Amino acid sequence: MFTSTFTDAFALLATLDERVAEIVWLSLKVSGGAVLLGTLIGLPLGACLAVGRFPGKNLASVLVNGLMGLPSVVVGVVVYLFLSRSGPLGGFGLLYTPSAMVIAQTLLVIPLMAAIARQVVEDVWQRYAEELAVMRFNWWQSVTTLLYDCRYSLLVAVLAGLGRAMSEVGAVMIVGGNIDRATRVMTTAIALETSKGDLPLAIALGMVLVLIILLLNALAFALRHWAMRRFG
Amino acid sequence: MFPIRIQGLSFAPQDRAVLDGVDMTLGDEGITLILGPNGAGKSVLLRILCGLVEPSAGEVSWGGGARPARGVMMVFQHPMMLRASVLDNVALGLKPLGVAVAERRRRGMAVLERIGLAHRARDSAPQLSGGEKQRLALARAWLTRPRLLLLDEPTASLDPSATAEVERIIREIRTDGTRILMVTHNLGQATRLGDDIVFLADGRVCEHTLTQRFFSRPTSNEARLFIQGELPWNLGFRS
Repeated sequence: MFTSTFTDAFALLATLDERVAEIVWLSLKVSGGAVLLGTLIGLPLGACLAVGRFPGKNLASVLVNGLMGLPSVVVGVVVYLFLSRSGPLGGFGLLYTPSAMVIAQTLLVIPLMAAIARQVVEDVWQRYAEELAVMRFNWWQSVTTLLYDCRYSLLVAVLAGLGRAMSEVGAVMIVGGNIDRATRVMTTAIALETSKGDLPLAIALGMVLVLIILLLNALAFALRHWAMRRFG
Repeated sequence: MFPIRIQGLSFAPQDRAVLDGVDMTLGDEGITLILGPNGAGKSVLLRILCGLVEPSAGEVSWGGGARPARGVMMVFQHPMMLRASVLDNVALGLKPLGVAVAERRRRGMAVLERIGLAHRARDSAPQLSGGEKQRLALARAWLTRPRLLLLDEPTASLDPSATAEVERIIREIRTDGTRILMVTHNLGQATRLGDDIVFLADGRVCEHTLTQRFFSRPTSNEARLFIQGELPWNLGFRS
């Protein structure tokens, strides 16, 4: 059974099974969207925490660090409450749609990306703060300049966010509902197919998931390597 | 902005006097060199003048008023080099002034030509040599047309040829109308560049006089010993 499961899984991949392709494509769209939003919100948030001087800054940093380990099912439940028909955002009709899944994953990746960005930017800020102050950079100009300077180092934050989003199952299961051909992504499909005993499909999706994450890491490694050679 | 009158300026973090009642006046032109042993308070004086450090006591009057919002720039011993091109780094100084990107780059290229780095405009700035980085940092400051330029040991780790090139640029900036106040440990450089010398020791101004007079007839014992290389090493570390 063990060997035949893998043989069947490879067969599904080799024949570009339509079900597999559909699930993979939706997963990429949902996680990609969440990471894009997480990048636009989380990285500037982290940089602001590194550069800004405001009351409660340390508390905010601790909070962001703490939220890195936020359980995904908790996020799922909270987003569910907001998006359910009786919730404050129920009127938008987003529950059990890919949009709801993007929202849940975005909330999961923002603290992670912000915490990594804060650390990366803070190290550079300590070296550049005086010179930027002499040039009369305001805090927002400092944030954008530092984010640009750290762009290759911040790939780590983006990759971490992508890893978290793509491997997450609890939140998307709750707010997406794992509806076939609508909100079924790789992780929820793997969980479902395993419980049904359709292991080849689960293994095939698992292999695609691992392959995508490895490819993205290889791409990021190559980009960082190139940046190190060019910029030192 | 000028004259800049410094009166009774002190800086004593945690009750350790780094500057102790500094008085001096800077006119509107020339190059003033600040000499003194390690720990004499030279760099702190520059940091106070550009607003990075608040003095513990005393005041600085800028032409009778408060420190202007713009017009004072500082170049550090280890200047910031963003992971970007030489041109982007040099044009960076214009970003807070609200100059459009295209205009920043045009002016950046013009100043790179003046400092002899135009051919490296597209190269990575962090990969430049130490001397080239200092030239870039000077150009970045020069581009903003400062009235007062503060230089903190800009040639400290450079070889003689790179030092000569940096000195040429400093003279050119001065000729362009910028007042320069520069910290150095290099006595040869002080004689080549300085119109006048401020000698700091133990957080106090021991001497402020014309360069030639400073080296030929120093009036303070500390200055005489410093020129002879015999100033006790720990003079600047008063508790």
